[in-house]
Amino acid sequence: MAITNQEEREEERDEEMVALGLESVVSEARDTFEKGKTKGFEWRRDQLRALLRLLEEKEDEMFQVLNQDLGKHRVEAFRDEVGVLIKSVDHAVQGLKKWMTPESVVVPLVAFPSSAAIVSEPLGLVLVFSSWNFPIGLSLEPMIGAIAAGNAIVLKPSDLAPATSQFLHDNIPKYLDKEAIKVVQGGAQVAEKLLNLKWDKIFFTGSPKVGRIVMTAAAQHLTPVTLELGGKCPAIFDSFKGSRDKNVAVQRVFGGKWGPCAGQACIGIDYLLVEETYAQTLIESLKGVLKKFYTKPEYMARIINAQHFERINNFFQEKSVSSSIVHGGSVDPDKLFIEPTILLNPPLDSEIMTEEIFGPLLPIITVKKIEESIEFIKARPKPLVIYAFTHNETLKQRLTKETSSGSLIFNDAIVQYALDTIPFGGVGQSGFGGYHGKFSYYNFSHKKPVLRRSFLTEFSIRYPEWNEKKLQLLRHMYRFEYFGFVMCFLGLKTIGKWKITTG
Amino acid sequence: MEAVVKGLRERFKEGKTRPYEWRVSQLEGIMRLIKEREEEIMEALWSDLSKPQMESYLHEISLSKAACGLALKQLKNWMKPEKVASQIATFSSTAQIIPEPFGVVLVISTWNYPFSLSIDPVIGAVAAGNCVMLKPSEIAPATSAFFAKYLPKYLDDSCIIVVQGGVKETTALLEQKWDKIFYTGNGKIGRIVMSAAAKNLTPVSLELGGKSPVVVDSDVNLKIAVKRIVVGKWGCNNGQACVAPDYITTTKSFAPKLVDALKDTLETFYGKDPLESADLSRIVNLNHFKRLTDLLDDQNVSDKIVFGGKRDEKRLKIAPTLLLDVSLDSLIMKDEIFGPLLPIITVEKLEDSFELIDSMPKPLAAYLFTNNKKLEDHFVKNISTGGILINDVALHLANLNLPFGGVGESGMGAYHGKFSFEAFTHKKSVLSRGFATEMRIRARYPPYTPNKQWILRKVIDGSYVALLLGLLGLHRD
Repeated sequence: MAITNQEEREEERDEEMVALGLESVVSEARDTFEKGKTKGFEWRRDQLRALLRLLEEKEDEMFQVLNQDLGKHRVEAFRDEVGVLIKSVDHAVQGLKKWMTPESVVVPLVAFPSSAAIVSEPLGLVLVFSSWNFPIGLSLEPMIGAIAAGNAIVLKPSDLAPATSQFLHDNIPKYLDKEAIKVVQGGAQVAEKLLNLKWDKIFFTGSPKVGRIVMTAAAQHLTPVTLELGGKCPAIFDSFKGSRDKNVAVQRVFGGKWGPCAGQACIGIDYLLVEETYAQTLIESLKGVLKKFYTKPEYMARIINAQHFERINNFFQEKSVSSSIVHGGSVDPDKLFIEPTILLNPPLDSEIMTEEIFGPLLPIITVKKIEESIEFIKARPKPLVIYAFTHNETLKQRLTKETSSGSLIFNDAIVQYALDTIPFGGVGQSGFGGYHGKFSYYNFSHKKPVLRRSFLTEFSIRYPEWNEKKLQLLRHMYRFEYFGFVMCFLGLKTIGKWKITTG
Repeated sequence: MEAVVKGLRERFKEGKTRPYEWRVSQLEGIMRLIKEREEEIMEALWSDLSKPQMESYLHEISLSKAACGLALKQLKNWMKPEKVASQIATFSSTAQIIPEPFGVVLVISTWNYPFSLSIDPVIGAVAAGNCVMLKPSEIAPATSAFFAKYLPKYLDDSCIIVVQGGVKETTALLEQKWDKIFYTGNGKIGRIVMSAAAKNLTPVSLELGGKSPVVVDSDVNLKIAVKRIVVGKWGCNNGQACVAPDYITTTKSFAPKLVDALKDTLETFYGKDPLESADLSRIVNLNHFKRLTDLLDDQNVSDKIVFGGKRDEKRLKIAPTLLLDVSLDSLIMKDEIFGPLLPIITVEKLEDSFELIDSMPKPLAAYLFTNNKKLEDHFVKNISTGGILINDVALHLANLNLPFGGVGESGMGAYHGKFSFEAFTHKKSVLSRGFATEMRIRARYPPYTPNKQWILRKVIDGSYVALLLGLLGLHRD
């Protein structure tokens, strides 16, 4: 296969990076951290405020590069990336002092008198790998947490979104502390070189395949990692009695499938599960909503590149899959455009039903009774999100208790991403470690317990030489039985019998 | 091995380990095990480590009982979903965080506190509703055999299984797919465990070790400080403990006093011939014995011994040994000692020790004895370590309200108390939205207009007014 222009450019850039001394960039960030620059409250707050200014002042440029890389409409870009980031930075600035305050802890008798607290400290130098589908959002959202927690950062944006990567590379140093926060561009080669260095934390958003590579590399340095991966996020669509709620639900399904980056979203709805008697109603409603909302091609992002286009297009290659198309199916390789497509019951062993779709194809799988969806989901790897559109409280309870996923969302999709009060992350194949809001702060912190004792009271029973009486006193202490302890201490009570052997 | 794991997975799928009643029954089983088998446990610990029975009681039996008791008391609370606020952007909705078990978890424990370091993680795993595979350390064979014999008698052995063995068995275990791995041991194996876990994207907790430093200021009550240091070092399995003081730093001027006080206290506690004292654990095996004597016999180190140094290979005993100002390049200052040798490094100013500590891998614990508040604050702020204890040693792990775990080379993840429950729990976010408040203006959806953009901007920012306008469809271009 001939090397394309893009690949040539990539290779050049990679070598350039290496020539520029990747290691020196990273070690400068580490030195900055060691000097203590990033630990103070003021620095963190000022960086967050500077980030806010970047988001506000560079809005048009961000819309431009997102449109260039992904064909995102500016409203989508604001709704899914810029706007959410503004909200997150505000939340972090507001919460920062509280998050940084040590947490007092209750102390038991054995260590009386003393005080204990849990003090958060930054992990140190963190590496953030972001993904191409929400290239600004997934770069800056982890960074907000890393900054709030007082770390130095190296960010490697995805090279599959080159305009955005360049934007971040050029603008982050203009607004943020360039000695502590670095942006390194490049592809797999650069990533590999970065992974060989020592980090105090690695935050990775991407595919399970690369997630494994990242974690294996991290293991060599005992570096803790957070992996934000993907999976096939199912959406159960229950039968609705009237049309009002159904219509709202179908709109939200639209918003959960084709809204975010044409389905190229880790929390996007991958496929639907519906009762077979309701399937036609659902399909008609979906078609209706597509017609109503999707009036111009610019309202949906395009596929990121030719490779992913091929990948998605290949799903159609199986005849049993292409014949299950009930809406859409047209593609335009030059524009990297794939029409919003609905399929009804493609074979369960076809690739479209075993691989994460990450595109605008929506398979609908029918079941006899909606409760069967639970078994269907349980038989498959744990997804990042399970969605369910239903009024049925029993079904909701069963889903909550019997299925496992990063999150479980009822009657809407994607919106959980904007909520700061719940952790966002996966489980099993969809990853581990959560973030957003204060969870971002904790993600990049070490919670260090600090116990302070005084010299004023001393219990000799802790020390050898050992004897029966000391043992009894300790038995009481460990049960936190103050009264019993005092009684025993005064010789008024004994408890338990036990031999001392000197074998 | 595969079949065994498959069985656990099926039990978990059946939902056997999820209900509160099952978890309580297992915790009660563990409690009964500890109470009824206390003698057998003590015997096993004596056989494996010659651990003084007081230590066995203090550090293993009672801490495990406390952990189990706390779990029984708090389990209902821990299992409760946490309701959290939802915000304007997802109006109206209810949000909660629901704890759920990971599934089938592997606990690999170690030999120095072979009872508690096995049972504590198991308590957490079971409280969190998981199926558990426990692999105790083969270097403590009597305790390992104890678990193999008694755990099935007291616990549900279809869901909690003990596998005995060494490297071969552990390797086979690591090839299986787990939903969580909890490992206690050293950094070298920790890396192997994490690499194996990476193949299945399995989250891990690694409780490792390091060189826990003790910084001693001259303004302290020396008598009490030294007692605490001694009992924290030699009273903890004769220094074979991950949080035992590894080395001391103090000022050149204070060192002589400190050394004298240490010598006095050591004699008081362990007598003139500590090799005969029943209050000191032996070294666990010949391998470690040789490792430690090699550290001592290094030609750059052996002349720095100021106290102790005696050893008895037949009985695997090494006397409490103090060394003064060994070279920082010597092996005894590079590797975790994990034994009864205590180097004392002197510095000009106490603050210089902070630099020294910083130059080494992050330890599991760091200790400071001082009355100087400023020094204390500086220490807490600047020393990165698993946990910090001021004016005492090792105690912090007895406080079940404090997370116990390392950072950097000393590990990742924490446990004890509620943190044990959380170590084996996935916190699932559950958001439930209503249908009533769908915005008439449908700002989320295309066709995208500037009007919608305005509403979106305001709502994401938290504006109630915009929300209202959006709901009513009132905002106009």
